[in-house]
Amino acid sequence: MNEITLDDLRRVMAACAGADDSVDLDGDIIDVRFEDLGYDSLAVMETVAILEREHKVKIPDERIVDLPTPRAMLDEIRRSLTTAS
Amino acid sequence: MSRRVVITGIGVRAPGGSGAGQFWDLLTAGRTATRRISFFDPSPYRSQVAGECDFDAAAEGFSPREIRRMDRATQFAVVCTREAVADSGLDLDRVDPHRLGVSLGSAVAAATSLENEYLVMSDRGREWEVDPAHLTPYMFDYLTPGGMPADVAWAVGAEGPVALVSNGCTSGLDAVGHAVQLIREGSADVMVTGATDTPITPIVVACFDAIKATTPRNDEPERASRPFDDSRNGFVLAEGAAMFVLETYDRALARGAHIYAEVTGYGARSNAYHMTGLKPDGREMAEAIRAALAESRLEPEAIDYINAHGSGTKQNDRHETAAFKRSLGDHAYKTPVSSIKSMVGHSLGAIGSIEIAACALAIRHNVVPPTANLQDADPECDLDYVPVVARERRLDAVLTVGSGFGGFQSALVLKRVGGTR
Amino acid sequence: MTTVVTGLGVLAPNGLGVESYWKATLDGRSGIGPLGGFDTSRYAARLAGQVRDFEARDHIPGRLLPQTDVSTRFALAAADWALTDAGVDTGALPDYDMGVVTANALGGFAFTHREFHKLWSQGPEYVSVYESFAWFYAVNTGQISIRNGMRGPSSAVVTEQAGGLDALGHARRTIRQGTPLMVTGGVDSALDPWGWASHLSSGRVSLVDSAERAYRPFAADATGYVPGEGGAIVVLEEESAARRRGAPTVYGSIVGYAATFDPPPGSPRPPGLRRAAETALVDAGISASDVDVVFADAAGVPELDRAEAEAVRGIFGPRRVPVAAPKALVGRLFAGGGALDVVTALLAMRDGVIPAVPGDVDVPDDYGLDLVHGEPRQARLSHALVLARGKGGFNSAIVVRGTTADN
Repeated sequence: MNEITLDDLRRVMAACAGADDSVDLDGDIIDVRFEDLGYDSLAVMETVAILEREHKVKIPDERIVDLPTPRAMLDEIRRSLTTAS
Repeated sequence: MSRRVVITGIGVRAPGGSGAGQFWDLLTAGRTATRRISFFDPSPYRSQVAGECDFDAAAEGFSPREIRRMDRATQFAVVCTREAVADSGLDLDRVDPHRLGVSLGSAVAAATSLENEYLVMSDRGREWEVDPAHLTPYMFDYLTPGGMPADVAWAVGAEGPVALVSNGCTSGLDAVGHAVQLIREGSADVMVTGATDTPITPIVVACFDAIKATTPRNDEPERASRPFDDSRNGFVLAEGAAMFVLETYDRALARGAHIYAEVTGYGARSNAYHMTGLKPDGREMAEAIRAALAESRLEPEAIDYINAHGSGTKQNDRHETAAFKRSLGDHAYKTPVSSIKSMVGHSLGAIGSIEIAACALAIRHNVVPPTANLQDADPECDLDYVPVVARERRLDAVLTVGSGFGGFQSALVLKRVGGTR
Repeated sequence: MTTVVTGLGVLAPNGLGVESYWKATLDGRSGIGPLGGFDTSRYAARLAGQVRDFEARDHIPGRLLPQTDVSTRFALAAADWALTDAGVDTGALPDYDMGVVTANALGGFAFTHREFHKLWSQGPEYVSVYESFAWFYAVNTGQISIRNGMRGPSSAVVTEQAGGLDALGHARRTIRQGTPLMVTGGVDSALDPWGWASHLSSGRVSLVDSAERAYRPFAADATGYVPGEGGAIVVLEEESAARRRGAPTVYGSIVGYAATFDPPPGSPRPPGLRRAAETALVDAGISASDVDVVFADAAGVPELDRAEAEAVRGIFGPRRVPVAAPKALVGRLFAGGGALDVVTALLAMRDGVIPAVPGDVDVPDDYGLDLVHGEPRQARLSHALVLARGKGGFNSAIVVRGTTADN
């Protein structure tokens, strides 16, 4: 897997950090902050861990705390994918 | 009912030594006892350092059968119990078993045995289903760790209230706080209390790896635990135990026992915020401290030393610095604060009791243990953290605090008995 | 200072919710059946008290599902139900005036089993961030505290199957020390393959294959117990605080509590159950003759049943007090068992009826027990004594007073 889409991220978020009625993950979430989507730092960490495994990349610790939105996370994963390939 | 409760015996197993004497030597020398993990090959793990104890169960007098049955954490607790009882000079034959209780703290309890048995039963984890043919009769005591306080109770013949208090990383404070309550309310006259944890096992290392709570500073194990230092990046997992004999002041006086200190106050609050996260304002820990001071009938100015939780994670050290300021006001800036986790690491539920032992010994010797490895303090941690070198100081009242997953915030105050200023 | 019970939440193998559980219990409907979820054919015992029809998604926020073991989901739901039943508006009460004490014997076992499996079959990087707390024994206390904004003194106790009573006892202590409202009780579950194997290692689980005959406490031919899952969470309040906020229901009060421990194995000294019960009666300020019903620990293991019968007989005299063992319908729920028995005692006092062990039970004469079996028994009940024991030597007793009591 050398590319990643917002739908991939949605799936992982729902699976590993849960979802409830308060937020529509299918909506326009790309620039919504994770905390506003109801995902705390642990949820973000879990999401990153699964994406790292699925895409065989490694995001440095200091970068993880700096991924406030789905867009930032996708960009980070894509950057790692480019470096890796 | 208000009965004064005092500590008359201490037993400690901590990294870097065995017994309360070696423990205190380590602390006052400012030595660090953290090292590269030797119990298993740590190379697949993010954090590869820990505070390990050199512990020989057979040399401690356990039979092969006991070694097989009792988890390492239980063995630690029993050894410390024996030491504490011997130290207290208590003649167990002269204690009414009905009036003798046990309050033991532990966060992860029999984790070591659980993992060992799991590997045996699951073909080293290959199978989801386990093979009941490999079941040991001891497995039940690992499934539910009621057997841990039971072993301590058997060691002293306690027939009063016995319980395991398992509040994560505040277990060691809360177990002692619970014991004090039981004596005060009249449910027991003597309590054997303290805490134990031996979590240096792959599953526990892996779960703290996952949340990046432990330090990845693997190349310099003895420098890895750096509370309040600007370069800190997580705690160092450790193992250990400390047990105490607690009894009423009148009883201790009557039998001419040496009294380390009185436990004058205990407070516990929860942050109801997050299972692992801390709010930066330290509000709930501050409230726990206020409650412990109020129960002690002490003003903040009476506190001569604060034994910090000081785990060395970014968020913790700022959180409690805020809590000290919030609860003690200006006095926080004038009070030495230190974290012995810089030397012995963070043994989860056990450390709260190990820190109480450090406080009792600090009062006895009028010495503040230092914060090792503190070279450049985090600018947001601007109190007096007693860097590197122990400090002589008259200590009449000491505060120790803990903070743990689940939101638990606890505080306990120890006071010198007699000869106060 | 009186501690009253103002809210109940029950999650039992024979019923979800207080009234559903109570009806099943009075009807003698058992929750014991073949253990589902995996192939049990390799195991010597295959019956369990399993909670059925609990769809976690319907009861707790989806956000909490990935981070919770089944036992924590049970605990969160039961706590919600208890708080709703008590009519507590947590936002309207000071946060430090509410605390949580739960008993736990098994931790988040199925959850941690999955994480052990991932660690050893796939590698450390597969271990979930939630493992660090979903497993530990304080998880239910922490999660209930967070979900409901409760910041008062909170704790978790482990005393094997005595824990449910010890949690209530400690919550009452916390109320007496100045925290007006406590959420307390116990819930447990470990019915995954590894948990099940571990249960069997106690040597006390019944190997009988018939759901009707496997767990028959106090029967002459008792064969052990059936492990179960679930339990109860209740709301305890200081009486005047409950009145001040207008609590809709007061089910009764916790008037006595005591915990003791048995002497070491091999000691000639007597076991501690009777002393726990008698100390709890003293704490309650009542005598044995004031007790109208005993809810027994009901181990289902002959020597343990005999010891309990001896304690009850010693306190009350032979066949002087009705003894209930509603656990026979759900199995032994570990930390959940004692808490559920307290709830059952309160309901029994409310409705003036003692639930029965179904069918005919041949209780040995020398037990001297008036075991309520066959059909429920109508009785005016003012005080109930609830007993619980934990493996290793734990004994706990609680005295509950119903609202109909005269004093």
